[in-house]
Amino acid sequence: MVSAKEIKEVLFGPIFANNPIALQILGICSALAVTSKMENTVVMCIALTLVTAFSNFFISLIRNHIPSNVRIIVQMTIIASLVIVVDEVLRAYAYSIAKELSVFVGLIITNCIVMGRAEAYAMKSPPGMSFLDGIGNGLGYSVVLLVVGFIRELFGSGSLFGYQILQLASEGGWYQPIGLLVLPPSAFFIIGGFIWVLRTYRPEQVEPKD
Amino acid sequence: MASNNDSLKKTLIVIISLCLVCAVIVSGAAVGLKPLQKQNAALDMQRNVLDSAGLLEPGTDVVALFEERVETKLINLKTLEVVEGRDVVAFDPIAAARDPELSTNLSKENDPAGIGRREDITKVYFINDEEGNLETLVLHIRGYGLWGTMFGLIALQPDLNTVRGINFYEHSETPGLGGEITNPRWVQTWQGKEIYGDELENVQIDVTKNVTDETHDIDALSGATLTSNGVEYLIEFWFGENGYGPLLEKIRKGELTNG
Repeated sequence: MVSAKEIKEVLFGPIFANNPIALQILGICSALAVTSKMENTVVMCIALTLVTAFSNFFISLIRNHIPSNVRIIVQMTIIASLVIVVDEVLRAYAYSIAKELSVFVGLIITNCIVMGRAEAYAMKSPPGMSFLDGIGNGLGYSVVLLVVGFIRELFGSGSLFGYQILQLASEGGWYQPIGLLVLPPSAFFIIGGFIWVLRTYRPEQVEPKD
Repeated sequence: MASNNDSLKKTLIVIISLCLVCAVIVSGAAVGLKPLQKQNAALDMQRNVLDSAGLLEPGTDVVALFEERVETKLINLKTLEVVEGRDVVAFDPIAAARDPELSTNLSKENDPAGIGRREDITKVYFINDEEGNLETLVLHIRGYGLWGTMFGLIALQPDLNTVRGINFYEHSETPGLGGEITNPRWVQTWQGKEIYGDELENVQIDVTKNVTDETHDIDALSGATLTSNGVEYLIEFWFGENGYGPLLEKIRKGELTNG
C-alpha cells in the first residue's frame, strides 16, 4: 500500500514544489486566455482538474494494455472524449460561462499538462495514485491561474467575480483601470513575476546556467 | 507483456474497443444534454430581447415575462408577410442567412455592414402593453466590427424611429476598447435617439467623435474607431431598404401588429 506521505507528495507537491506552470512551464496558453475574469478562471480550473484527474485514472486503468506505438493516440482519444463531455455539461448547466470560455474548454485537449501527466505518470502508476496526481497537478495549475485572474480582474476591471471593488473613473469613481491587464499578454508578466517570486523562495528550482 | 501488446491483433482490439467506448460516452452526453442546452440557448435569447427592451431587472422571471408580453413572429422580408407553418421558437435567422434558399446575396455596395448574405425570413419580437398596443418592437441586427461580426438586438418605440435600447449579445471586439459596446453607460446613450430624419427616409444615426446633433448622433467609443464605424454601418444597413426599411414602413401603417 502507498504511504500517507507519498499521497501527500503526489497531491500537494505540484502546488509549489513541482508546479506544472511555474516549474514545468506547461499549459501557458490557457493561462493567458481565460484569466481576465475570476469566474471564468474558476470554472476553467475545475474543468482542467477534472479532466486531468479522470484522464490519468482511465489511462492508468488500461496502461498495461496500451500498445506502445499508438499510446499517444490512445491518450488523446480518452482526453478528447472527457473534454467533450465537460464541454457538453458546461453548456447544459452553466450556459453563460460556457459561452465565454467557448473555444478554451475544447483547447484543454491540447493543454500540455493533461498530456504530460498522462505520459509521465499515469502510464507507469496505479489508477488511484494517478487520479490523485491529476488532482494535484490541476491544483497547481489552479493556484497560478487564480493568482493571475485575481490580479487581472482586480486591477484591470476593478472587480472580483463581477462585483465592483474599486470604483472606476469612467463610472464616476477614483480608480483608473490598467487597460493592459484586460488583454491576454498581461498574463505573461504576471506569470513571469509569479515564477520569479517562487524561485526566490525556492532557489533549487532555478535552472542551471547553460 | 510489451511485445504481446504491440501485436497487430492486440493493437486493433484495443483501439477499436476504446473508440467504441469513447463514442458511446460522448454521444450519450451530447444527446442526453441536448434538451437542456437548447433550453439554455432559448432562455438566453429571451433574456437578450427583454434586456434590449429595458424590461430586464434583477430577479425577473424571464420565461414568464417573455410569455406574457412578447409576441414573436416570423416575417418574410421579401413579401413582408407573416410566415406560417414554421416553428417560431426553433427558427434561427442567423442560421437562415447561411442557407442559400433562405437568404439573399448582397452585392458589395449594398452591404455596408459586411454581412455577405441577408436572411429572407427573420424573427421580429412585438412587445405589447396591457391594452394590446405595440409598445416596443425588437429586431435582430448584426454587422462586421473590427475582429468579427457583432450580433445584437435593437428595440424601437412605437413610432419605429426612436430607439428604446440596443444590446450586443455576441461580439469579438477588443476588451476594454471595442468591447465597450456592451458597456451599460454607452448603451444608455442610445435611448431616445432617432434613427431616421424627419421624412423617415434616410438613416441619420451617426456614431461620431463630435456629437453635434443631439437626436441622431451617438458618441463614438474612444480607441475603437473601427468598431464604432461598424455599429454605424450596421444601423445604416438594417434600417435601409435592404434591411427592415420596407417592413417598418408597413408596420407603421398599422399592418402586421394585430394577430
